[in-house]
Amino acid sequence: MTALKETTTIYVYRGDASSGQEQPYSVEVSPGMVVLDAIHYIQAHHARDLAVRWNCKAAHCGSCSAEINGRPKLLCKTRIDQYLASGVPIHVRPMKTFPLIRDLVTDVSWNYRVAKKIAPFEPAEPAPFTLFQRDVDRIQEFRRCIECFLCQDICHVLRDHHDQNVYMGPRFMTKLAELEMHPMDASDRIAFTTQQAGIGWCNVTHCCSDVCPEGIQITGNAIIPLKERAADRNWDPLRRLFGHGPSAHVAEHKSKDRQKID
Amino acid sequence: MATLSLETLHYDVVIIGAGGAGLRAAVAAAEQRSKVAVLSKSLLGKAHTVMAEGGIAAALGNLDPYDSWDTHFYDTMVSGHFINNYQMVEIYTKEAPARIFELENWGAVFDRTEDGKILQRPFGAHSFRRLAHVGDRTGKELIRTLQYKVLSLDVDIFQEVTSTRLFVDDEGRIAGVFAYRRDDGQPLVFRAKSLILATGGWGRMYRVTSNSWESTGDGCALALWLGAEVQDMEMIQFHPTGMVWPPGVRGILVTEGVRGEGGLLFNSENERFMLRYDPVRQELSSRDVVSRSIFKEVALGRGSPHGGAWLDIRHRGAQYVKQKLPGMYDQFLKLADVDITRERFEVGPTVHYTMGGIRVQAATGATNIEGLYAAGETAAGLHGANRLGGNSLGDLLVFGRRAGMAAAEYAKARAKWPQLAKNQIEAERKRIVQPFTIESGTNPFMVQETLQALMTAHVGIMRSKQSLTTAMEQFQALRADVERMAASGPIHFNPGWNTIFDVQSLIILAESVIQGAIAREESRGAQWRVDFPEELADLGRVNFVQRLSPGKGLSIEARPIPAMPESLARLFRASAAPGVLRAREEQRHLAKEE
Repeated sequence: MTALKETTTIYVYRGDASSGQEQPYSVEVSPGMVVLDAIHYIQAHHARDLAVRWNCKAAHCGSCSAEINGRPKLLCKTRIDQYLASGVPIHVRPMKTFPLIRDLVTDVSWNYRVAKKIAPFEPAEPAPFTLFQRDVDRIQEFRRCIECFLCQDICHVLRDHHDQNVYMGPRFMTKLAELEMHPMDASDRIAFTTQQAGIGWCNVTHCCSDVCPEGIQITGNAIIPLKERAADRNWDPLRRLFGHGPSAHVAEHKSKDRQKID
Repeated sequence: MATLSLETLHYDVVIIGAGGAGLRAAVAAAEQRSKVAVLSKSLLGKAHTVMAEGGIAAALGNLDPYDSWDTHFYDTMVSGHFINNYQMVEIYTKEAPARIFELENWGAVFDRTEDGKILQRPFGAHSFRRLAHVGDRTGKELIRTLQYKVLSLDVDIFQEVTSTRLFVDDEGRIAGVFAYRRDDGQPLVFRAKSLILATGGWGRMYRVTSNSWESTGDGCALALWLGAEVQDMEMIQFHPTGMVWPPGVRGILVTEGVRGEGGLLFNSENERFMLRYDPVRQELSSRDVVSRSIFKEVALGRGSPHGGAWLDIRHRGAQYVKQKLPGMYDQFLKLADVDITRERFEVGPTVHYTMGGIRVQAATGATNIEGLYAAGETAAGLHGANRLGGNSLGDLLVFGRRAGMAAAEYAKARAKWPQLAKNQIEAERKRIVQPFTIESGTNPFMVQETLQALMTAHVGIMRSKQSLTTAMEQFQALRADVERMAASGPIHFNPGWNTIFDVQSLIILAESVIQGAIAREESRGAQWRVDFPEELADLGRVNFVQRLSPGKGLSIEARPIPAMPESLARLFRASAAPGVLRAREEQRHLAKEE
């Protein structure tokens, strides 16, 4: 008996903003293969113009974000053997939240426009700083972010409600938390966090933390503490006693501050 | 195919490349109030810098107070086997600490010492603990910090743009660059008073490499096509530890930090073979030595199951490994089903860095083309024949800044916009879409694979006249395929089409690598010639310099290296690095007092 090379069929979305559909492709399987390897195989053997964005193929750069069987994932970090073992066919589609350019490539430029609006780190005194590891452990967690934007992709505020005009999304909550929690930062972004960044729109469903390939606890460690800081600032109990309840405040802030991000 | 109308933009300083060097240059040029554009082949923050793991080398002396710029200078020159540009090494080792503090000022968060300073880790062939780092993701910290710094300034960033041709004016001064947007194929002409190339290395000409797809040396190729000089092209660094199994991950970097944190190398007979090859520095010997040692062990039949060596870090304990090397832990667990806190793992040499590149002035990064500058991996000189770990990230900061300042100065002094011949632009515009008109042409992915196979087989760690001659023959045979690379499908975000320009860059650079490796008939640093196993004093005094001339092709000559001034030369007549001697002296002194 001759040993045949194992092949499998992978379904890949082909098309652009006007139209498109999934196409089946036959791929030769090799040990340890990831979905990005399969996409490269398809490019080299079946469809040279299959559009995919990738850089490092080592889960460091966050370029190859897409949806595999409906779940936001990095193509380079997703092994195909897990699907083959369970007999589940592999369907690869572009991120849903962002406008499609072509095939698996979306226009993520909105994220960079948002990034530009955040006040940069402002040192309270010039470096070198005296900082201890325990001071920086938490912000180092946030700085692990590879900007793959999978958290933005899964966030229902952006994905289903298209509220990009009022909420900057989990990636930038992490960014704001990182800056706000930096012991040497002299800038204050709390008002910005509640107003322009729209943190009130997050209702703590933890979806972003679940898809983060770096395992950052976005909701627990970044968003909730930021919400607490904002609450301390805006809705402290003394003010509540005098009739400015939090719910009234939230409604007011949300209607008044529906400022466009874009 | 419908032709898109040309878009023309004007900038004082155009920077090609958005890795560490390009972004640091952008900050420097913007601070001088130049109008700056950065052209990036990928999205902002994704450039190959993001993959750097180990750290940034600078003699801060936070842990080892005897460290000093001259000790770092000594280590760098010795590891570069003295063909480095000593002026660049002097500038680098003196300025690197300030560049690290500057990053901290801009929001970088390094790992800390017990007393609250920036922590420094040991690394191969550094006399002291010297690498400022963040776990095993230092490159990400560097690029993210610079990215947000640039976003806070008035700099225009053009993401996903391929640059295909540089232009000069009638007097041979830089005039601009032709590029196109990858998302829609839109052709762009950037008219520029000065231009900085910061496009990184060309590891992608090899099959097994730690480099991302972008590392196709576009800037160095653009410079060659324009008539700029390159040097030391034969010097390709093989990092000793890449992943070797499974096949899909072969070549992905395993940081030197694993050995820095105490990781040990074993062959199939459970022998710590580095004790034989370098009894003093052992696992932390320079990269050229460790790579060759692993290569030899495999060749002698003492390799690991998939043709590498075993790396073992288990003795440091699971908690420590997960804290100091979280990326490595995750990478092996997810991609290779190996828990490195419980099992040893296979590693082998992988193409990592190109020491050679565009020949530049030490202080400014100026090339021999007026108004054209280069910085970072695409420039040559700092690292000589072998780069020290941690000297690359520092290189980006120190020389990115200097090139940015110099290019801004040059642009300021140039009152008028440089002339740009219309026919040159028209010709380039036709050339870039020509692959769509070729019928039954060649597949650029396959051409790249063929090139990678021949470079890997014949221009690898071990070279000889015979292997290099074979390489050159196969290379010449490939030329016809290169000319006929074809594209199909729509023009927007078309990887097959985009790859054609990557391959065109790699082809001219591969030729210069082979030519350089043939010319240097000795073994020095990364260049290991089995037919010339000795390091020769005469060849230690020259760089091999190449240039491309119309009609004549690629030429090569040995260019003398200027002698170091006595104040630096004397360091190398001592028995050890200056800081090491000072430490010994102090110990003797203390012993006497007792």
